[in-house]
Amino acid sequence: MTSPTATAERTPLYDEHVRLHAQMTNFGGWSMPLQYTSIRDEHQAVRTAAGMFDLSHMGEIRVTGSGALGLVQKVVARDIAPLKVGRAQYTVLCNEGGGIIDDLLVYAEDGGYVLVVNAGNQDRDFDWIRRHAGRDSQVSNVGRETALIGVQGPRAVAIVQALADQDLTGVKYYAFTDGTLAGVPARLSRTGYTGEDGFEIFSAPADAAAVWNALLERGKDRGLKPAGLGARDTLRLEAGMRLYGNDMDEQTNPLQAGLEWTVSLDKDFIGAPALRRAAANLDRTIAGLKMLDRSIPRHGYPVMLDGQRIGSVGSGNVSFTLGFNIAMASIPPDQAMAGKRLGIDVRGTTAPAEVVPLPFYKRPRPNLKGEN
Amino acid sequence: MADLSGMRFSESHEWTRKDGDQVTVGITEYAQSQLGDVIYLELPAVGQPLEAGGRMGVIESVKAASDLYSPVGGEVAEVNTELKDHPEFINQDPYGKGWILKLKSVKDNPKLLDEKAYESFTAGEPH
Repeated sequence: MTSPTATAERTPLYDEHVRLHAQMTNFGGWSMPLQYTSIRDEHQAVRTAAGMFDLSHMGEIRVTGSGALGLVQKVVARDIAPLKVGRAQYTVLCNEGGGIIDDLLVYAEDGGYVLVVNAGNQDRDFDWIRRHAGRDSQVSNVGRETALIGVQGPRAVAIVQALADQDLTGVKYYAFTDGTLAGVPARLSRTGYTGEDGFEIFSAPADAAAVWNALLERGKDRGLKPAGLGARDTLRLEAGMRLYGNDMDEQTNPLQAGLEWTVSLDKDFIGAPALRRAAANLDRTIAGLKMLDRSIPRHGYPVMLDGQRIGSVGSGNVSFTLGFNIAMASIPPDQAMAGKRLGIDVRGTTAPAEVVPLPFYKRPRPNLKGEN
Repeated sequence: MADLSGMRFSESHEWTRKDGDQVTVGITEYAQSQLGDVIYLELPAVGQPLEAGGRMGVIESVKAASDLYSPVGGEVAEVNTELKDHPEFINQDPYGKGWILKLKSVKDNPKLLDEKAYESFTAGEPH
């Protein structure tokens, strides 16, 4: 029932996962922990205390040179000219037709930018960006030279702070700082994919196990648990965050994916003309659906209205935090108003669902001290 | 560890246990560990006839929906209604309070494996 992992790439933390008896799975060509104990328990740990994720499979692409800004501006949909060094922004890479090649974070650093991209897309993204680079910019594919560990949850900031050499209270959401963690050089980024506060920690691969084990040790009496991709998926779904390949792909543009806030239509970038045309006549969007019975919506299930298929589920699952089942579905914008009753075809039976605002879950409020 | 002696197992990872003239059916420890957190079951109605190897219902974990197969033929005598509110019983106690249903008028299935044969069967499956 698990995918074979024999040919998959391994992160620098592979041995730690084996030691922790993780159930491994192939994700985007990488052998990754799906769960350590239980997806439910790992999910709850992140919502109530803290969870720790190996994200080293993710890709990093560094753009440097005098033309770095120009190149990044050309390939990403959002205007990043105002992005200051030390800050990060979420946006998308589009093809000429406006279809999403990938979603990513752009980090502004001294001398250029780092793009953090999805594991399974990293080589394709790199080729795409390099193809558009002029002589005044250098593009390097540094994903395999970079380890990444996410620490997320209401106690995450305090746990990371306890191991960091500098005061992290000034590091705002979507900002980062370069420093030392557990005695090794690390980039500490206040970002995440769970809907909780926390840090994502970049380090050299050789230092990753030291960071991982120091966090595990420091966090264990505060409820920190290692968490796998299973919990990461149920957490990001509650937070209304899209998953590339499920909720969007090259046949979806960012406006159809409800990501218009990541697009600067007045900027020139690859896909901009197509997106300006698409904006005039938007045929679908992503809506939140709450199931009104116990059936579980899954990727690809049809969304029904009056016996007609009007869209399909991108991501769906149980919401452990809310106690009902939820989905993000691609449907026409005129059916996406909150309260609208729709159906989801679950193995031939239409299960009742209701449109609800996204995100499904929002953490109570930003907690700068990082404690409950 | 549950006492599995006298129980018999299908290659699709269901177990059976004789219970008077009825047979109780569930999924194995191996199956629950592979599925992970069970969140929903779709089960047949009492009175429904089932065939050995035929579809008995659907079990959903966080990861995926999977079909359940009836290890023996018979008629559904009882379903474990507690699983509706507590699907996690399947993970916590697959041979006990995680039982799924009971069959009557059972037609035996000679293809089922005994404990030892099932153990060597799962040893060849991915872990």
